[in-house]
Amino acid sequence: MGNTGNCIISLKGVTKNFDDQQVLRGIDLNIYENEFLTLLGPSGCGKTTILRIIAGFEEPSAGELLFNGIDIAKVPPYKREINTVFQKYALFPFLNVYDNIAFGLNIKKENKSIIEQKVKRMLKLVGLEGFEKRDVTLLSGGQQQRVAIARALVNEPKVLLLDEPLGALDAKLRKEMQVELKKIQQEVGITFIFVTHDQEEALSMSDTVVVMNNGKIQQIGTPVDIYNEPENRFVADFIGESNIIEGNMIRDCLVKFDGYEFECVDKGFKENEEIEVVLRPEDIEIVSPENAKLRGVIKSIVFKGVHYEIMVQTALREYKIHTTDIFEVGREVGLTLEKEDIHVMYKMEY
Amino acid sequence: MKHFKSLVRPYILWSFLLIVIPLVLIVLYSVTTGGNSLVNIQFTFDNFKKIAEPIYLQVFARSFKLGIITTGICLVVGYLLAYQITRFSEKVQGLLILAVTVPMWINTLLRTYAWISLLSDNGIINSILTAIGLDPVTMMYTDFSVIIGLVCDLLPFMVIPIHTSLAKMDKSLIEASYDLGAHKWQTFWKVIFKMSIPGVINGITMVFLLAISTFVIPKLLGGGQYVLIGNLIEEQFVSVGDWNFGSAISLILAVVILIMIRVTKKMEKMEGGSEQ
Repeated sequence: MGNTGNCIISLKGVTKNFDDQQVLRGIDLNIYENEFLTLLGPSGCGKTTILRIIAGFEEPSAGELLFNGIDIAKVPPYKREINTVFQKYALFPFLNVYDNIAFGLNIKKENKSIIEQKVKRMLKLVGLEGFEKRDVTLLSGGQQQRVAIARALVNEPKVLLLDEPLGALDAKLRKEMQVELKKIQQEVGITFIFVTHDQEEALSMSDTVVVMNNGKIQQIGTPVDIYNEPENRFVADFIGESNIIEGNMIRDCLVKFDGYEFECVDKGFKENEEIEVVLRPEDIEIVSPENAKLRGVIKSIVFKGVHYEIMVQTALREYKIHTTDIFEVGREVGLTLEKEDIHVMYKMEY
Repeated sequence: MKHFKSLVRPYILWSFLLIVIPLVLIVLYSVTTGGNSLVNIQFTFDNFKKIAEPIYLQVFARSFKLGIITTGICLVVGYLLAYQITRFSEKVQGLLILAVTVPMWINTLLRTYAWISLLSDNGIINSILTAIGLDPVTMMYTDFSVIIGLVCDLLPFMVIPIHTSLAKMDKSLIEASYDLGAHKWQTFWKVIFKMSIPGVINGITMVFLLAISTFVIPKLLGGGQYVLIGNLIEEQFVSVGDWNFGSAISLILAVVILIMIRVTKKMEKMEGGSEQ
């Protein structure tokens, strides 16, 4: 996965201030060839600003932006081998589908027959054959999206930037486009940098996920790493659902929380270090009370489609549990955990 | 909603009295003889034939020439002004647009007199020229004085529609253009100007129509010998008293204006839609 090719874009200590507000606080990030990288975070975390700096619409206040090892922080966007798919597509309303896609090639004064070939190939890639003469303003959201992707890719960029491109689509279409985007990326074999606040989108499409908050990178990793080994409370909370519990690391592979000691697989913490534990709701198993250390009473059960969401009140807190088994409210139960399912994180500094 | 519909009735009555009836009268006058009297009606096309006489055709030609020059200057100056205004923050833009429209609050006559005191042979500009040792220049009663008066009078009608279409333009289109490799100049012609065409067409239509039908400015800044269509009509009604001929000219002008509006609307649609 991912990080096997050469580093194509590299941000070193990039900061960005807007007026008196610092939106990026020192970003260090390496982006590799052929990688599908997602910048994930809540709105206002600075992910779009990073994209705009890479595209050339903003200049970093400090730090370096390297493209194949050369600093391009001051290179205007029209000289960069990078193209963008804009959030609201930004198609030219006065041009039809063909002329929108051909815009970049016409600017470069390419030969007409070469332009036609390339545009046709792009239309095929995004599944819009026969749409050449259509008015872009009359296309559906999904079709406009495809035109925007074709218009960017036809220029054969080294890197494609996508700024929350699926945000305006309905849920079903969004799922389809996720699969399609991933397919297109593998077909053209270039780096995609994708910005989203939708964690499911990020996990299902990316080779690498960069979780951001408050102008800082919180964690960089594969979707599996990010989900299973969140580095701090923010990541655990933002990605998927979780129970986050404060505790202490007794020693390697032994953690204590809620008054009990549990075996785990995490190492490398200081003895008795204060830590936080993430328990994913689907990893907690409900058993009869005599078989478990943690005991409680079922407070509520909500049907969620695939599973039930059960809240269990223990002596110290409420646990959220996802299960397909059927229980009833008010029953006394025990909760057990496999040692691989206990994820220990450094405590976040506030 | 039904209650409010009846509120439109006074307006219908009003426009019937003040627009429809006069219009019918103009048509009637233009195809009859016999001065102001409606007693002995005799239908004729002589009034229209009279317009074809060279002296009147010349008036039309001069009006159109002046209209085209005024519109051209307004377009260049107005576009640059509107474009510069859009580069400011929204708040400042509001103030600047206000500044553009402020002269319209002052009576045209007053503004035109101000130009006279600036441009006349012993006016302010010539006083300055002689003071710094240059020869005075005759500016009044020339094409120059009429055109400068018209341009200043009509500039807001060009700036406002262009500014509106530039301001409501999606800024990400400009970024998309840069992103696709177009530098500033290419982006201006291929995207920004294209997006502002509806505003440009509206501005051209308004300025041109007002310029060819004006009569105050050419009369005051162009002098008595400077006759345009507007002056010709005024003359027929006020001093000559040939209401029939005056009506015929008005009618021709109205038809020309209607045709122009149709044509520009067509052009706008073609530019606005896809280029098929």
